Amino acid sequence: MELNQLQRSFLEYTAALFREGFLDSQFSQLYQLQDESNPEFVVEVVSLFFEDSERLINDLSRALDQTIVDFRKIDAHVHQLKGSSSSIGAQRVKNSCVSFRNFCEAQNIEECSKCLQQVKQEYLLIKNKLEALFQLEKQIVAAGGAINMVEWML
Amino acid sequence: MDACHCIEPQWPADKLLMKYQYISDFFIALAYFSIPLELVYFVKKSAVFPYRWVLVQFGSFIVLCGATHLINLWTFTMHSRTVAVVMTTAKILTAVVSCATALMLVHIIPDLLSVKKRELYLKKKAAQLDREMGLIRTQEETGRYVRMLTHEIRSTLDRHTILKTTLIELGRTLALEECALWMPTHTGLELQLSYTLRHQYPMGFIVPIQLPVINQVFSSNRAVKISSSSPVARLRPAGKYTTGEVVAVRVPLLHLSNFQINDWPELTTKRYALMVLVLPSDSARQWHVHELELVEVVADQVAVALSHAAILEESLRARDLLMEQNVALDLARREAETAVRAHNDFLAVMNHEMRTPVHAIIALSSLLQETKLTPEQRLMVETILRSSSLLATLINDVLDLSRLKDGSLKLDIRTLSLHVLFWEALNLIRPIASVKKLFVTLSFSSDMPEHAIGDEKRLMQVLLNIVGNAVKFTRVGSISISASVAKSESLRDPRAPGFFPVPSDNHFYLHVQVKDTGSGINPQEIPNLFTKFAQSQSSGTKNSSGSGLGLAISKRFVNLMEGHIWIESEGLGKGSTAIFVVKLGIPGRSHESILPFVPKVPENRVPTKFLGLKVVLMDENGVGRMVTKGILMHLGCEVLTVSSGDECLRVLIHEHKVVFLDVSLPGIDSYELSVRIHEKFSQHFSRPFIVALMGNRDKLMTENCLRAGMDGVVPKPVSVEKMRSALSELLEHGLLLDS
Repeated sequence: MELNQLQRSFLEYTAALFREGFLDSQFSQLYQLQDESNPEFVVEVVSLFFEDSERLINDLSRALDQTIVDFRKIDAHVHQLKGSSSSIGAQRVKNSCVSFRNFCEAQNIEECSKCLQQVKQEYLLIKNKLEALFQLEKQIVAAGGAINMVEWML
Repeated sequence: MDACHCIEPQWPADKLLMKYQYISDFFIALAYFSIPLELVYFVKKSAVFPYRWVLVQFGSFIVLCGATHLINLWTFTMHSRTVAVVMTTAKILTAVVSCATALMLVHIIPDLLSVKKRELYLKKKAAQLDREMGLIRTQEETGRYVRMLTHEIRSTLDRHTILKTTLIELGRTLALEECALWMPTHTGLELQLSYTLRHQYPMGFIVPIQLPVINQVFSSNRAVKISSSSPVARLRPAGKYTTGEVVAVRVPLLHLSNFQINDWPELTTKRYALMVLVLPSDSARQWHVHELELVEVVADQVAVALSHAAILEESLRARDLLMEQNVALDLARREAETAVRAHNDFLAVMNHEMRTPVHAIIALSSLLQETKLTPEQRLMVETILRSSSLLATLINDVLDLSRLKDGSLKLDIRTLSLHVLFWEALNLIRPIASVKKLFVTLSFSSDMPEHAIGDEKRLMQVLLNIVGNAVKFTRVGSISISASVAKSESLRDPRAPGFFPVPSDNHFYLHVQVKDTGSGINPQEIPNLFTKFAQSQSSGTKNSSGSGLGLAISKRFVNLMEGHIWIESEGLGKGSTAIFVVKLGIPGRSHESILPFVPKVPENRVPTKFLGLKVVLMDENGVGRMVTKGILMHLGCEVLTVSSGDECLRVLIHEHKVVFLDVSLPGIDSYELSVRIHEKFSQHFSRPFIVALMGNRDKLMTENCLRAGMDGVVPKPVSVEKMRSALSELLEHGLLLDS
C-alpha cells in the first residue's frame, strides 16, 4: 500500500481507538517519549503491559478459584492492573478494574468473577487492537515513513 | 400462175370473213405494238421497277406477236414466197420468245404478288405509326400542361394561391365544368368543401370522412372515377344532378415531421384532401388515361407545394418567436446589469460606512473591559464585544467575498512556517475543544516541509474555518487534522474532477485533511455547502450560528491558491471529512523574495535546564515505572528506578535531586519512607525533593503526604507537561503546590 494511505489508515485507526474509548490521552504521551534515542519505547512499554496483565489475570483467576477467597490479594492484583493500564492509557481496562475493585470491597464473589471476565475481555480487545496498530506502524516504517505525531491533547 | 413461187392460203378466201379477219389482225397488231410502248412509258415514269429484263422480254414477245399478226395481213392475198418465209421466221421467233416469257413468268408472278403483300403491310404499319404519333403528341401536350401547371402552382408559397391556381389551371387545361377541393377538418373526422372553381365562396359542405367512396379514393394513389351522385361530387347546392363524369384523386397533406421519415413517401400518419373534377355534362367526353395521369401528377405537385407552404409558415412563426425572445432577453440583460451596478454601489458604501462604527464599538468595548467593572457589567461588556466581533467578521467576510468575486483580491505571498501555522490554529481552538472534551490530533507527514511560500493569513483563515466548523459541529468524539505533501496519484481524485494539478520544481501541493466525529452532513446537501449564504436546513442544532459564508470564502481562497476543497460525509451522525489541497511555493527554489524568516516552533524536545538531572523513581508497577522513567528521560533526566522502599533508601544518594515515590499502591508505607529519607539526609546539606505520584486525587492523602515531609504531589497517570511544570516549579520554588 502506498505510504500516504498507510499513514492515513494509521491515524484513522488510532482516532477510532480514541473515539471508542479504548485509549485515552495517556497513550499519546507514550508516543511523545519515543524518539531517536528511544525508537521502540511504545512497543516495549506495551509488551511489558501485556506480560504484566496476563500474569495478573492468571493470578486473579487462580485466586478467585480458591475455596477461601482472599479479597485483599485480589484487590492488590486489581490495583496493580489498574495502575498499569492507566499508565499506558488503556482506558477501558482501567475502568473495568475500577468496578472490579468496588465489588472486591463488597466481597461479592459472583460479581467479582463477572468483573474478571470483563477485565479479561477488555484486555484481549485492547491487545488485539494494539497489535494491529503496531503492525501498521511496522508497515509504515518499512515503506520509509515515520509516525510523526506532534501533540495530542484533551 | 406458174412459177411465181407464191404460197396459196390454206383455205379459200371468203371475202367478208377475210375482211373481218383483216381488220382484227390490224387492230391486234396495233394493240400489240402499243402495249409495250405504254409499258415503257409508265415504267419510265415510275421510279423503280425491278424487272426491266422481264419488260424487255415481254416487249419483244409482244412486238413479235404484233409483227406476226401484221405479216399475217399479207397472207390473206396472194403473196410471194419471201413473205411466207418472213412470216415463218417471225412465227418461229415469236414462239421462242413467248415460250421463254412463259417460263420466265413462272418465276416472276409470285414475286410480283408478294410485292403487293408487302405494300399492304407497310400501309398498316404507317397507320399504326400515325396513331402512335397522335398519342405521343397528346402526351407531350399533357406534359406541357403539367409543367405549366406546376410552374403556376409553385410560383407562390401562399397556400390559398396555390390551391386556387391549381383549380383554375386544371379547369382550363382539361376544360372542366367544376373542380373542387375537400380538406379535412381539425378533428380529422370530416371533409369540408374548401375551394371550388366556379364559386367564389364555397358553401361549406361537410361530409364524414368514413364514406366508402372516400376510402376508395384515399386507398389508391391513382385518380379514381366516382359516381356523380356520391356526396363529394355534389358540388352545386341544388339542381343539376346530371353532370359529366367525375374523377376524384387524393392529395396527401404532408407535415414538417413527415420529411424526417426515411421511407418517403410511405407515411404513417396519412392525412389527405380530396380533389374532385367534373367534366362538362353537355359533352360526351370521357376521361382519357392521359388526363387521369395529368390529374395524379398535379395532385402530387400540389401536395409538395402545400408542404412547402407549411414549412414556410412554420419558419415564419419560429422567427417571430425568436424575435420576441430576443427582446425579452435584452430586457433581462439590462435588468441584470442594473442589479449588478446597484450591488456594487451598495458594497462600496458598506465598505467604509459599516466598518467604521463596528470598529469603534469593538475598540471601545475592549477599553471598557480593562476598567473596573462589576461582574454583571463585565458579562455585558463581554457579550457586546463578542457580538460586535462577530458582526465585524460578517462584514469582512461579505466584503472579502465581493472582492474575490470581482477579482480584486490579491494574495499576499510571503514565506510562512507551516508548523507554526498549524500550531496556532490548534491553539486557537484549544479552549473550545477542551471545554467540549474533544480529542484533537494533529499530524504532519515526514516529507512536509517546515516552510513554504504562500499567503499565510488567508491559509490560516481557511484552516481555521474548516477546523472551526469541525469543532462547532462535533458534540463528542475527536477531530483529526493531518497535513502532508500531495502525491500526484492522490491528486487525481475522482472526488475532485476537473482538478489536474501539476507539481513542479518550485511548487508543491499541500494536502490537509480534517476529520471529525460530529453530526455529519446529508450527502445531498454537500453540493450546497460552498454556496454563499446557504445554510443546511436539516441541522437541528441551534448552535449553528455561522453566516453561511465561511465555506464559500474558503473555497474562493483555495481556488485563488490554485487548489481544490471538498467535503465528504457518509450521512447525518456519521461525521465528516474536509479536505483541501493548495499550491504553495518551495522556499529557496522559487524566484520570489524571501521575507524575514519566521522563527521556528520552540523546540520542546530537550529542555536544557533538566539535562542531567539525577532522579530516583520508585514504583512497584512495572509498566508505570517504565512510563514515568520514559517521561523523565524525555525531559533529560538521568533516572534510577527501584521497585521497593528499601531499595530506594539504599540507592538514594545526595546527588539525586528528586525522588519520585508512587503512593497509589497499598502496602508500601510511603509516609514512613519519606520520613526515613528525611532522616537519611538530615546531616547533609541538601536532600532530594520528594514527590509523590498519586493515582487518585485524594485531598486527605495529599495532606498526609505533605505532612510526612513530601515536597509535592504529581497526579498519575503522568504526562510530560505535568512533569515538566512540576520539575520547573520544584527547582524554582522548592515547593510543588497542587497543580
